[in-house]
Amino acid sequence: MSTALEVADLCVSFTQRRARIDAVREVSLSIAQGECVAIVGESGSGKTQLFMAAMGLLPRNASAEGSVLFQGVELLRANRAALNRVRGSKLAMIFQDPMSALTPHLKVGTQLAEVLVRHAGISWRDAWHAATRMLERVHIGEERRRMQQYPHELSGGLRQRVMIAMSLLCAPSLVIADEPTASLDVTVQAQIMELLRSMRSEFGMALALISHDLGLVGGFADHILVMYAGRIIESRPAGHLLNEPRHPYTAELIRCIPRVSGTLPSRMATLPGQPPRPQESPPGCAFAPRCPRAAPRCRTERPVLLTRGAGAAACHFPLDS
Amino acid sequence: MSDILLRVRNLQVEFDRRAVLRDVSFDLHAGETLGLVGESGSGKSTLARAILRLVSASGGSVRWHGEEILTSTPARLRALRRGMQIIFQNPLSSLNPRMSVADAVAEPLEIFEPQLDGAARRARVFSMLERVGLNSEVGSRYPHEFSGGQCQRIGIARAMILNPQLLICDEPVSSLDVSIQGQIVNLLSDLQNEFGTAMLFISHNLAVVRYVSRRIMVIYRGRCVESTTRDELFSNPLHPYTSALFAAAAPLDAISAPAPAVAMRSARASPPVVALSSPAAPYADPLAGCAYRSRCGYAIAACATIEPALQEVVPGHVAACHRAREFRDARPVS
Repeated sequence: MSTALEVADLCVSFTQRRARIDAVREVSLSIAQGECVAIVGESGSGKTQLFMAAMGLLPRNASAEGSVLFQGVELLRANRAALNRVRGSKLAMIFQDPMSALTPHLKVGTQLAEVLVRHAGISWRDAWHAATRMLERVHIGEERRRMQQYPHELSGGLRQRVMIAMSLLCAPSLVIADEPTASLDVTVQAQIMELLRSMRSEFGMALALISHDLGLVGGFADHILVMYAGRIIESRPAGHLLNEPRHPYTAELIRCIPRVSGTLPSRMATLPGQPPRPQESPPGCAFAPRCPRAAPRCRTERPVLLTRGAGAAACHFPLDS
Repeated sequence: MSDILLRVRNLQVEFDRRAVLRDVSFDLHAGETLGLVGESGSGKSTLARAILRLVSASGGSVRWHGEEILTSTPARLRALRRGMQIIFQNPLSSLNPRMSVADAVAEPLEIFEPQLDGAARRARVFSMLERVGLNSEVGSRYPHEFSGGQCQRIGIARAMILNPQLLICDEPVSSLDVSIQGQIVNLLSDLQNEFGTAMLFISHNLAVVRYVSRRIMVIYRGRCVESTTRDELFSNPLHPYTSALFAAAAPLDAISAPAPAVAMRSARASPPVVALSSPAAPYADPLAGCAYRSRCGYAIAACATIEPALQEVVPGHVAACHRAREFRDARPVS
């Protein structure tokens, strides 16, 4: 299988008031054509910055090292023109908040058609027609009327459908979806995830799904990467990761998901403590202070991501050892 | 039964002559928790704000210890509010960024207990900060220095320092990471047990509401569509919307769920478990029929014309659905 995206030893750091903050630390991953990889982590784990670096969307005070290869192009060192050729066409992104990702004063149709005029070089009339058809394919309902509406006239779920339609207009080979349902209600979340699922089988694109919600992506992704304090700490096929997590952090995350069925424990499961602040780099494993399995070695020696079988985990004492 | 702390009857709120809350009624007893579940725009936060008179109601009644709040004078309202506090979803934006943590927590005391001297006030503030799990050195720091979970602890300390009889929690954990949510929910339960505070716990997340609530009310487009005890609701949801909320949460449960959970879910399969596939028509005419019908997989002709009344379908279990009795009768005999 060929690769849609290949990230090697990516480090992203920010400089703030002369202090260096490492947001992403030595991350390597690859996403195969047509594959769905979920990147799961809590706020501050670096999951978003990883893809912001790949898209060339880092702010000025950030720098990225390493390599991000997309269709033979090194994105980290590509110039603006080269980046603009792939961004929005072959490499598309869906953001958490569709309201702020859409332009408020332009009609939905204008924003969609513009993508095709710019990237595919077709006429406005053809682009408008193609955009209307794409809205139909994402089951927005009344697509002709939607084309004429402004973003604020649509509900959050419909706006996210517009974003998904926009990302698919140029038949991308990879779509990066950053918390695509986090701003939506639970029942609408299910609809949008279902739409992404059917779009994947229809368009065959690879999908990088960034989420804080292991429960949501669990039944959706082929492969799951768990990030903690800027590093990948576990990388496994989804079913394996959920049913037999190797890293204690993954196991704790799964344990903390509140459930609607089964017996009700008297207290909600918790993970004590806080993730380390990004400006701190303790010598050992970043999770050690919160880890139920931590031993003295964990506080001095950082575990490397060790591949075993179909996955990898960065832990001195993984759960299946 | 203990005394009724808060009695809400037929509460109505309109924005621009459009009803965002219609005909909501409930009782809240001292020390108990009522969970309010609904999507964004359902009116659940408006309900909280209307009770505190942060928005004005256009009809109905809110009685606090039997005294009508909706018509009380501003001075009286201020005095009554001492007993009702609220914490918000985004704790950082609800704290004044220029006020130190100790000052923010002390502020309610300065207003309601001005007779306290500085030393006594400080002692109260620091003991409350400690109670919510923050050490005393945080007092001189500012909100932006804290993580979301810690900010929520500060908000809780500020709300609890007056020992209120009612704490309204408006999506208190929705913006927090899953590993932190449990810390805050457990803290709220502990404080409730310790101080006997009643809670109105508002959330879109049924799984979280389940931990804290004795009774649960489900709100859809400004109306209560179902209300009963937690255990009854979880074992026997009668409104298709409630079932849809369960179905939406169920994928999470499939993950290494303990074995009995599977049995429970299949037992619940008889009430409607609707896969929501079609997008909602956002603003259908609320006056005709059931507001949920456009998304409902069980709608019949009557749903388009007659708005279902909220009625008791099982003793202590009300639902606003024309087919609730059918769903009740279809439940398996246990």
